Amino acid sequence: MEPLTSKKKVLEQKPLSFAERMYLPAIFKGMAITISHFFKKEATIRYPEVQREFSTNFRGMHSLKRDEEGKERCTACGLCALSCPAEAITMIAAERKPEEIDLYREEKYASVYEINMLRCIFCGLCEEACPKEAIYLDGPIVPSDYLRKDFIYGKDKLVEQPLNKK
Amino acid sequence: MGTSVFYFVATLSVIFSLMVIFSKNPVHSVLYLIVTFFTFTVHYILLNAQFLAVVNFIVYMGAIMVLFLFVLMLLNLNKDNEPLKSTLVKVVGVIAGCCLVVTLVGTLKATAISDPVILRNPNLGLVKNLGKELFGPFMLPFELCSILLLSAMVGAILLTKKEKV
Amino acid sequence: MDIAFVIEKFVLVAIIFGISLVIAMYSTYAERKVAAFLQDRLGPDRAGPFGILQPLADGVKMFMKEEIVPSNASKWLFMVGPGLAMLTACIGTAVIPWGSPIAIGDRIIPLQVADINVGLLYIFGVVSLGVYGVMIGGWASNNKYSLLSAIRAASQNISYEIAMGLSIIALLLVTGTMSLKEIVDGQHGWRWNVLYQPLGFLLFMICSFAETNRAPFDLPECETELIGGYHTEYSSMKLGFYLFAEYINMFVSAAVMATLYFGGYNYPGMDWVLANTGPVIGPLIGTGVFFIKIFAFIFFFMWVRWTIPRFRYDQLMHLGWKVLIPLAIANIVVTGVVIAVIEGF
Repeated sequence: MEPLTSKKKVLEQKPLSFAERMYLPAIFKGMAITISHFFKKEATIRYPEVQREFSTNFRGMHSLKRDEEGKERCTACGLCALSCPAEAITMIAAERKPEEIDLYREEKYASVYEINMLRCIFCGLCEEACPKEAIYLDGPIVPSDYLRKDFIYGKDKLVEQPLNKK
Repeated sequence: MGTSVFYFVATLSVIFSLMVIFSKNPVHSVLYLIVTFFTFTVHYILLNAQFLAVVNFIVYMGAIMVLFLFVLMLLNLNKDNEPLKSTLVKVVGVIAGCCLVVTLVGTLKATAISDPVILRNPNLGLVKNLGKELFGPFMLPFELCSILLLSAMVGAILLTKKEKV
Repeated sequence: MDIAFVIEKFVLVAIIFGISLVIAMYSTYAERKVAAFLQDRLGPDRAGPFGILQPLADGVKMFMKEEIVPSNASKWLFMVGPGLAMLTACIGTAVIPWGSPIAIGDRIIPLQVADINVGLLYIFGVVSLGVYGVMIGGWASNNKYSLLSAIRAASQNISYEIAMGLSIIALLLVTGTMSLKEIVDGQHGWRWNVLYQPLGFLLFMICSFAETNRAPFDLPECETELIGGYHTEYSSMKLGFYLFAEYINMFVSAAVMATLYFGGYNYPGMDWVLANTGPVIGPLIGTGVFFIKIFAFIFFFMWVRWTIPRFRYDQLMHLGWKVLIPLAIANIVVTGVVIAVIEGF
């Protein structure tokens, strides 16, 4: 076959010379390389104690945001659920009562908001779709668990802590 | 002390050599043979022949028996593929065994008559003395033995390379 | 007097046995640490500070594991195998001189269990016996991989024993004795045998790598081809015994190399030290030096393991029979001629 590029280089395989067949020089060279690594700084990060910083565009666990006064921003419009390619988001909307005005910013809010973390592909489309800047994928890695039901995250896990509790 | 140890070890060697014959599994046979050789090594040590003991240990236990074991492990010595022995073979075997017994009894009787060999130098078995003996008075037989071994070795190699010669 | 002698030997045996077990235990830890450092990693660091308790954790794990005996295995031999491997690994320490004699009062205690005049051959015999543990275990498991690796181990050990024996013969020409004690005393100060027998040392070292089944000659247990080699079917502490025996073997062969070629407990300036310290401290410093040499060799074993890839089986046999044995024979001839010339026939 004609080579597609000009980068092809045919290596010539010569029989080993006597010095090479002694193997010892090559072995010493190899041992010098390994011993030089002995004194190098290790690349390991002791994970649970030390954590690596995520890159700025890392997408982790979702969090539902609050506004400056600590009210939930989500208005249960359903755009995130609609945009979700994995159909991981479900929600039930409810109307805000007058005494709940400190809790929710809009008149309509999500009384139930669930994300199935086994379905979620962390694409970030919900983040893009949200008109109220209520959902961001800025959390850590979603932890593992034993049961499937435990992967369905409700509002208790998703909603950001209130401001004064921070 | 010395004699009781001797009798103990001697009994062990007799027991283990009987086990070599009576055990059904050939690999077990070889393992018993190794233990028998080990008791021989102890005998040599009791006779103050340290060099001979260690050489017996290295050559017989460490090398030759390993090769025995090596071959036996590779052979599939199950009962179903063992060739049936005809009556003729059995009869011949019995006759051969009887001949061996007669010879052994004969030699034992002969040794009983002759004078017990007295070792003039009890340290003969140590390396230095043994070396002086082997390379002094027994130089020729010793070298002849080595030539015999060498020719056997060459012969073995020739047998494996038969088709090329 | 006689009772005191027995007690003295008994204590010495107990101490040496304990030390070799502890060193073997921490060799497993050191192996993992060295491997990690050579590969820019950390190694075990969870059990205790710097993972210093890791061997204990491993031991507990080994004991707790379920013990499995394959249904068609030869039960007795299956048990004898690891025991034999351990035994042959341990008894090699008996003839190694650990230090110059200690004088307590008017009693002189040699730091050697048995100074037999064929000590070198004894070591050699014990080494050659080591293959039985592997062979019996491999055969008794009734597993083809185990059997194959047992066969490999046997042929490898027999092949390399020859070259090892020949390299020792050249050493014997130089030292003129087979007693390890006398060999060590002949290397007083700086007159180490490695200076007279560099090629012999190289051959001996390569062969001891092969005899201890260490990389690059770890064909009997190569994980990628034979699953686990002869201990494929082993579990629990029986497996532990096999792994442990390997490290004791490594310790013993490091000690033998230090004794034969690197002067044992001799070091430059030892006369001054012996004269200026007591009759107990002085010899013990020598023992310390000996152990430093042993540790250096153990480190070297590990360093090689994590550097050089495993040999192929035909390469192994080629190296053993066509390279090492002719070299060893040439070494004997050259040594003999040189000695004859120096001593004027």
